[in-house]
Amino acid sequence: MNRNKNNKIIINIILFIIGLAICFVFENMGLIKSSIILVIEYIGIYTIFVLGVNLINGYLGVFSLAHAGVMAIGAYSSALASMYLFDSALTFPISILIGGTMGMLAGMLLAVASFKVSGDYLAIITLGFSLIIKSILQNMEFVGGSRGLRPIPQYTTLIYIYICVIIAIIVVKKYIKSKFGRSILAIRDDPVAAELVSVNIRRSKIVAFGLSSFLIGVSGSLVAHLIAYTNPASYGYTSIVDGLVMVYLGGVGSITGSIIGATVWQILVQSLRGIGIWRWVIGGGILVIVMIFLPNGIYGNRELTWKDIKNLPGAIKEKITSIRAGKAAGTNKKQKGGKQ
Amino acid sequence: MSVYIQTFANLLQLGSIYALLAIGFSIVYGIAGLVNFAHGEIFMVSTYVLFFAASAMYSVFQVNWIVYILALLISIVVTSVLAFGIEKIAYRPLRKAPKVSVVVSSVGVGLMLEYLTLYFAGAESKKMPVIVGSTALKIGGATISSSTLVIIAVALFFMIVLTLFLQKSRMGIALRAVSQDEKAASFMGISPDVLISLSFVIGACMAAIGASLYSVAYPIFDPYIGDNINWWSFTAAVLGGIGSMKGAVLGGFLLAAVNIIAPMLLPVSSYRDIVAFAVLIIVLLIKPTGLLGKKLIEKV
Repeated sequence: MNRNKNNKIIINIILFIIGLAICFVFENMGLIKSSIILVIEYIGIYTIFVLGVNLINGYLGVFSLAHAGVMAIGAYSSALASMYLFDSALTFPISILIGGTMGMLAGMLLAVASFKVSGDYLAIITLGFSLIIKSILQNMEFVGGSRGLRPIPQYTTLIYIYICVIIAIIVVKKYIKSKFGRSILAIRDDPVAAELVSVNIRRSKIVAFGLSSFLIGVSGSLVAHLIAYTNPASYGYTSIVDGLVMVYLGGVGSITGSIIGATVWQILVQSLRGIGIWRWVIGGGILVIVMIFLPNGIYGNRELTWKDIKNLPGAIKEKITSIRAGKAAGTNKKQKGGKQ
Repeated sequence: MSVYIQTFANLLQLGSIYALLAIGFSIVYGIAGLVNFAHGEIFMVSTYVLFFAASAMYSVFQVNWIVYILALLISIVVTSVLAFGIEKIAYRPLRKAPKVSVVVSSVGVGLMLEYLTLYFAGAESKKMPVIVGSTALKIGGATISSSTLVIIAVALFFMIVLTLFLQKSRMGIALRAVSQDEKAASFMGISPDVLISLSFVIGACMAAIGASLYSVAYPIFDPYIGDNINWWSFTAAVLGGIGSMKGAVLGGFLLAAVNIIAPMLLPVSSYRDIVAFAVLIIVLLIKPTGLLGKKLIEKV
């Protein structure tokens, strides 16, 4: 058993290093177009972002709109840090951490608000938070007002993003399996019952909001250092909608879902750039259609594991037979829906 | 003194528009239990319908108020049909789905409406023709445009009509029954599906009326106005207590008060949004279900 576990860790480390090498090759050898690398970079950054948003909106089940404000805080604080304090590519991780930590502090404040207020009212408070942050940034001449902050040193590379994504996935995975993670799932399903079995709701919420906002802050700092520029307008309505779309498209309460959401939406947004306005029409249409047919998102409330991939051929066969069986499949689906 | 009267008139004008929009938002929430993020876009579409209708009719009828009433009727009909269709296509299949999926679906609908309008009508801002003429009136030393009074009167008129409808008519009573307890109402032979459609149509009508008044007060518009209106009507509805009509009116006027008074007291007018949302957050922290909202009872 122990040897098995050790083997698994070694395999994971080897996979990680292979991934690192692939990133290095992609970035420096010029094998693929830089525009495609940019899309990959966006996918990575938004995976971190969506993981963060999903912790609150998916796992904790709170409808929060604070992600735009938190991302702005992360982006601005880390950008200021690397412009004035640590002006070197080597200290970039420190800037990322500063961005994440500032986001985390803001998130903990919101957690305090969530003790008393819930549901749509909490949504309004978090919305207010995002819009207040945007307004403050627009009015602060120190950070460039509504013109934005530039030039931010361009430190973000594919390798940094890759490492951050891997760390984020591992942290979220461990967190969900930990005491705190299980307690937020309990709070989502039934707060009263959770309190009765002595789950410390306040502490769990603070930890959840803190971790979520940390991840969102990190993604903000990566974006700012990728495009070397940040302005308040990019943390407004579109940013809020973007976050919601990616979470609910990919799937609530799922790491796999977060990755799928970020990937699908970013590829869509970036590749439809050529058709201008229509990409938002198509994007909105896809959103409606996905919600009608998959109300929990593409991969909601479940994870993709090695077992699933191994069993894939069998599962496909089963599905085909069940579709042929017709009615049986319909009742199965209904039962699944009832559980959630 | 005259400054106060003028401010008060402005406050009533903006407040009555916000109140109409918040009522639309609140009715949909009360009946369908849905935060309709497409509300602002319906408002925006109805502004455009109004614009095209009014510009087209201007050459035919020379009289302002006939143009206004006809354009308003057209815009009400178009947006009602639109809202009915949206409900049928994008929200009805999701009746049994988690609440948030419907909200996301409404975000999708909003995006589509916004960018379709952008495509067909262009991104540049347009100016609404003068449909309600304004002459300056002197009241207590203050100059108040007559259009301000018209806006307040029209808004008040429709609020009273809606209240009467909800209190007296069979449909209205059924609507209130569904908003109190959908299951019990359906046992009494009320079909929730019909009434949910009706609530969307009422919401759209309120948005269309609000849009016609808003464009009299602020004639410049572009396809992006929906976003702000969305947030403002959502905020006003929640501030007063979402689902309650009185609350929506109160929230609308309160929001207008903050929006109009804050810039007068602050050195920089652009801090307005900050103050408005700070007030909102403080109110919600003290009274977590809005000013007139029902207390949530936790059922175990």
